[in-house]
Amino acid sequence: MSNRVSVFRKEHFNAAHRLFNSQWDDVANEKVFGKCALPNYHGHNYELDVKVTGVPDENTGYVMDMKILSDLVKNEIHARFDHRNLNLDTIEFKNLNPTAENIAIVIFNLLRPKIDSKLDLQIRLYETPRNFVEYPAS
Amino acid sequence: MVYLTRIEHFNAAHKLYNPQWSKEKNDEVFGRCANENWHGHNFELYVTIKGLPDLETGFIYDAKKLGALIQDKVIEKLDHRNLNLDVDFMKGKMCSVENLVVGIWNVLKPHIPAEVSLHSLKLVETTKIFVEYFGD
Repeated sequence: MSNRVSVFRKEHFNAAHRLFNSQWDDVANEKVFGKCALPNYHGHNYELDVKVTGVPDENTGYVMDMKILSDLVKNEIHARFDHRNLNLDTIEFKNLNPTAENIAIVIFNLLRPKIDSKLDLQIRLYETPRNFVEYPAS
Repeated sequence: MVYLTRIEHFNAAHKLYNPQWSKEKNDEVFGRCANENWHGHNFELYVTIKGLPDLETGFIYDAKKLGALIQDKVIEKLDHRNLNLDVDFMKGKMCSVENLVVGIWNVLKPHIPAEVSLHSLKLVETTKIFVEYFGD
């Protein structure tokens, strides 16, 4: 039997965004994205669950030191996205539509290089209490 | 009297920024909330009415109709909007959650059916911050 355990760290950030494909005209954007395409932005309280999976270390009993994970998520994600406009204030979404799907992929890619490669990483991102995404899909 | 609460929600952008002040002063008072390019929230609005249960229906007021009323008069104006730029009843006001709850009260109050009265509004901005307003 495997001794693999998943540990989770929660974080949240409040941000503005709009969904918009710059290759399309306003009519096409509104048809596809509806109110989410409105030009003056709207916003969300994003809730993030970072899941790290691996075998607890023999010496510490930890899959990963939660303080290290907590600082990592705070510095890499919260500091970057909290109280920002995702479309205007972040380089990650300059040319990428900030859907919940894309935000989850971006967060994964920011964290993955900073977490031991023998540990698995999964991101769950809540855009609202009712809409959430996971990456990588399980 | 029985109190009935209906919960509706909306997602919106805003910023806390006093145009009479310098950027430095806004940053000092409002911190990250003053970001010129906005930020946003999932707001939850609790509308509480009070009244006596009707003898035939047992309702003080049909909760579904109350939901439709809130949607029509309030949520329609706020959902997926920029509170500073897009909302007529917030024009010229600071877009704090305090001012927003008072604004919502003033919009909603005239439409509350005669058989009940509007008791309170609770507006939740984040899991850690909410305001309540009782009209006084």
